[in-house]
Amino acid sequence: MGVAKRIIPCLDVDAGRVVKGVNFVDIRDAGDPVNVARKYNQAGADEITFLDITASSDDRDTIVQVVEQVASEVFIPLTVGGGIRQVSDVRRLLNAGADKVGINSAAVNRPELVREASDKVGSQCIIVSLDAKRVSNPNEPLRWEIYTHGGRKTTGIDAVQWAIQMAEYGAGEILLTSMDRDGTKIGFDLELTRIISDAIEIPVIASGGVGNLDHLVDGVLKGGADAVLAASIFHFGEYSIAEAKAHMATHGIEVRL
Amino acid sequence: MQRIAVIDYGMGNLHSVSKAIEHVAPDHEVVVTDNEAIIRSADKIVCPGQGAAADCMSAIQQHGLADLLSGALSGQPFLGICMGYQVLFDQSEENGGVKCLAVMPGEAKRFEHPLHADDGVRLKVPHMGWSKVIQAKAHPLWQGIEDGSRFYFAHSYYCVPANSDSVSGFCDYGHRIAVSVAQDNVFACQFHPEKSADAGLRLLKNFVQWDAQI
Repeated sequence: MGVAKRIIPCLDVDAGRVVKGVNFVDIRDAGDPVNVARKYNQAGADEITFLDITASSDDRDTIVQVVEQVASEVFIPLTVGGGIRQVSDVRRLLNAGADKVGINSAAVNRPELVREASDKVGSQCIIVSLDAKRVSNPNEPLRWEIYTHGGRKTTGIDAVQWAIQMAEYGAGEILLTSMDRDGTKIGFDLELTRIISDAIEIPVIASGGVGNLDHLVDGVLKGGADAVLAASIFHFGEYSIAEAKAHMATHGIEVRL
Repeated sequence: MQRIAVIDYGMGNLHSVSKAIEHVAPDHEVVVTDNEAIIRSADKIVCPGQGAAADCMSAIQQHGLADLLSGALSGQPFLGICMGYQVLFDQSEENGGVKCLAVMPGEAKRFEHPLHADDGVRLKVPHMGWSKVIQAKAHPLWQGIEDGSRFYFAHSYYCVPANSDSVSGFCDYGHRIAVSVAQDNVFACQFHPEKSADAGLRLLKNFVQWDAQI
């Protein structure tokens, strides 16, 4: 007995609406974050992640309202990432009802932000999102670097060292996305997931590349992930959360049923 | 109509706690406040909390609530959540050692490093996610909740109550840990009922209906 491996659907939110919608049979307006969150709660999701991709600064406050509305009606953990610049952004989202806030490029720009934020609100509320891409050639030892701007811009920072540093700075969890695998549906980068999971004491959420339920199992058993995050396989109705959990359970993974 | 005071000392996800209570008790008034008079006159008290022990204790003192909270056992039905559970004990190891409210004897300790399950699997710290809670004794707040139901946790320190009779729930994370206590009018838990879906909402509903007669 320990803790269940979590399944976390991730929703992209733009100006207060869920992008592309989610394919639940009985939702008329699939873009409403409260409806989508409620449905995922009923479906057995262990946690919900909202990624705010709002580009316009005029609309940036809408994510706070979204969190407030969702947290008023859906009583499972909520994580919010995207657009976090300073400790006051973190506080605002937590006060609105988020449980955890994901910091990505702001941590690369100024690592101290992670220390300041975790000192202020506690490590358990701070997730560092880490976008990693393989940079080693086929015959070299494996090496990944941190990328920003959706994988377009390299930072030259070694991904494993960065994860260790962020854990030291007080991150409570790492959301690890493989930029090589994101959107490919061929499975997580298991070597990346395993090397980072083994290198740090804090939990790792694996992300990027899920195309079927075996990929979720591999993420946990081979990658050592503590949680698996996925978007399209759930949103478009290819698999339900219940099917995913049943499949993981048959492979001996502890899940919350 | 009952009034339920959710104590606001600036250290917690108060929105979620108050909304979850409103959700299960729409006919009650939920007040989020640091006003001592309002808290003392409320029918029930909920003390949430997040963050580091030292910050929580100094916030409690700054808001002038240390006496009120230290006397938790002589008041109304009281529910402590997360840091609102940990600060009830004598002290915490966090931040190099922090003196807490001493409502109950015991202390909060850091999870060991490295931490392993019985089968040798390494466990991560913080303990983050859904774990089974074993009900150590019958209590009105467990009513209708299946023994072994999963609740949501997010913590790096765990409490060791000196009085084992007070333990009302435990879970296994590396070793057996006490995750809730119940004594007289006080019930306090490490997990987050306001984030624990149906089981958590049921516990909150039980609290709202509890008349503190054990």
